[in-house]
Amino acid sequence: MAIFLDENSKIVVQGMTGSEGMKHTRRMLASGSKIVGGVNPRKAGEKVEIDGVQIPVFGTVAEAMKETGADVSVVFVPPAFAKGAVIEAIDAGIPLAVVITEGIPVHDTTEFWAYAQGKGTRIVGPNCPGLISPGKSNAGIIPADITKAGRIGLVSKSGTLTYQMMYELRDLGFSSAVGIGGDPVIGTTHIDALQAFQDDPETAAIVMIGEIGGDAEERAAAYIKEHITKPVVGYVAGFTAPEGKTMGHAGAIVSGSSGTAQAKKEALEAAGVKVGKTPSETARLMRAIVEAL
Amino acid sequence: MDLFEYQARDLFAKHGVPVLPALVAGTPEEAEAAASSLGGKTVVKAQVKTGGRGKAGGVKLAADPADAREKAGQILGMDIKGHTVHKVMLAAAAQIEAEYYVSFLLDRANRTFLAMASVEGGMEIEEIAVTKPEALAKVPVDATEGVTAEKAREIVAAANFPAEVADQVADVLQSLWKVFVAQDALLVEVNPLVLLKSEDGSAAPGLSGGKIVALDGKVSLDANAAFRQPGHAELEDKAAADPMEAEAKEKHLNYVKLDGEVGVIGNGAGLVMSTLDVVAYAGEAHGGVKPANFLDIGGGASAEVMANGLEIILGDPAVKSVFVNVFGGITACDAVANGIVQAFALLGSRGEVVDKPLVVRLDGNNAQLGREILTEAALPGLEQVDTMDGAAARAAELAAAK
Repeated sequence: MAIFLDENSKIVVQGMTGSEGMKHTRRMLASGSKIVGGVNPRKAGEKVEIDGVQIPVFGTVAEAMKETGADVSVVFVPPAFAKGAVIEAIDAGIPLAVVITEGIPVHDTTEFWAYAQGKGTRIVGPNCPGLISPGKSNAGIIPADITKAGRIGLVSKSGTLTYQMMYELRDLGFSSAVGIGGDPVIGTTHIDALQAFQDDPETAAIVMIGEIGGDAEERAAAYIKEHITKPVVGYVAGFTAPEGKTMGHAGAIVSGSSGTAQAKKEALEAAGVKVGKTPSETARLMRAIVEAL
Repeated sequence: MDLFEYQARDLFAKHGVPVLPALVAGTPEEAEAAASSLGGKTVVKAQVKTGGRGKAGGVKLAADPADAREKAGQILGMDIKGHTVHKVMLAAAAQIEAEYYVSFLLDRANRTFLAMASVEGGMEIEEIAVTKPEALAKVPVDATEGVTAEKAREIVAAANFPAEVADQVADVLQSLWKVFVAQDALLVEVNPLVLLKSEDGSAAPGLSGGKIVALDGKVSLDANAAFRQPGHAELEDKAAADPMEAEAKEKHLNYVKLDGEVGVIGNGAGLVMSTLDVVAYAGEAHGGVKPANFLDIGGGASAEVMANGLEIILGDPAVKSVFVNVFGGITACDAVANGIVQAFALLGSRGEVVDKPLVVRLDGNNAQLGREILTEAALPGLEQVDTMDGAAARAAELAAAK
């Protein structure tokens, strides 16, 4: 099963013909993802050859869906044009839009998020590495060769901590790993992923990685307490972050006394989640749980 | 980026939010001239990006230009919660009938914009929220619809503004929304929004009683929107920026100065934040050694970026050891290792000497190959530890030993 993405997922890439888009389309193809097309209105009708595979370029997401049956779009479009690209994907009715782009103004994200309400598109990101269901499909920039399919579900605000965790637990494997992104406003949240992992029979245990800023982890903790019966291990980054400074991710900022790592850790622990002090300790906690299953 | 009050006032005025006549001064002499040109009584206000300046003595009434000069002399150079006052704003003194509060902000938790309004203005919003939560109206604003005349009236009604000011406040809300959207703001706040006294509100030319004006304001801008907000760069307070942060910014490095001894370089914001924490934990066993900075060189980690990063960190006199923590994900570790080797060469060619111990942890994609490259290069002062926790402990130990 896995969540959000599986071996049947058909992916189109918005912004495929840009340098990042090309690089990562090549990587997605190499990891076995079904890439059925690219979208670029200025190159509609052309074909792009990547490692011997001919990939058609469509003028719009709607056209790509009609011609190929695509059900996932991965967005590499630069910040200035990202809102338009995501709204186009929503209007086309694509079930899943994965927004990799970093640096989108929060007004734009808030607007396309509002626009998506009541429509049929799940948004992952922006400013995220995407998601992977190892051995099945990979939508985004997560390196596919770190680990294999397994029973751990992973949801994380951070890309490199996702890779780190997948690597530490590579022998156990993952059902899906979802990078939800580090921006102040994101589409899919920890809670959405937790809920999907709870419902996914292939997932036996869940790792949740958070970081400073906002209250998503606190909300996730409340959700876990009420709705999640599978074991959850957590990690929170940013205990040493000073107040009022943005730490790399646009959303990673402690404002006054809100958004601190300590508060998030306490909320998770109060919900019965074991929280590791370091990524490696977190991996050890998860290993003990999975090996005892 | 948070703005000074005078910058917020400028943006308010630009988009039609009514404000008082005001001028900025950097010296007592300029303050005197400003007070003369404003005429009459003025309020001299410290320009600092923190609250509580009134209580700290940073806001004073001046009877005339000479008094304004004296009051500015008292306020300029003051320290308010760690912020030095470099500028004062002089505003025409107003007779105030009532104080209100209005703002628009990003509501992260609900992923929408939020209007907040209260007829209990004048104190900090956090205080209103705690002491009189029922007096603070919160109205979500749909990002696709914005603040229409109807939405503005809804906010006014929710906060129970008196009928005689309702129309004016609704107008202010629509103008303030323009500031919020046109400037890509994360927060626009007017506190207090005031009703001027009707009998003789004419403290300064152009002011009349019964009028609503923004007396003080806060604006915070979205750094991600810089590409379409060319005017925002000049609103930056370059004088207050940490010199190392300013230098890093020029080199397009994602750097934050902290107050510890272990310099940190890593790839990915989450991993670097985590590295700081792990260094701080490890430091507990070594006399409380702490991380000296946040520096994310991103997924690419080219030799030049690595060299620039090392240069910044080695140039920090507080740094006693350096921890390079890289997980090879998109970029393979052999490329990162080559980057480090080339960075040493590049630093040498710039005349820099790497005289601080470096602990490198490479893991992930092609880690073995990367480690071999570094072993073979035998760079002075560089040692490798295979795990993040172990490497952090070693870097802390080295920093404590210096």
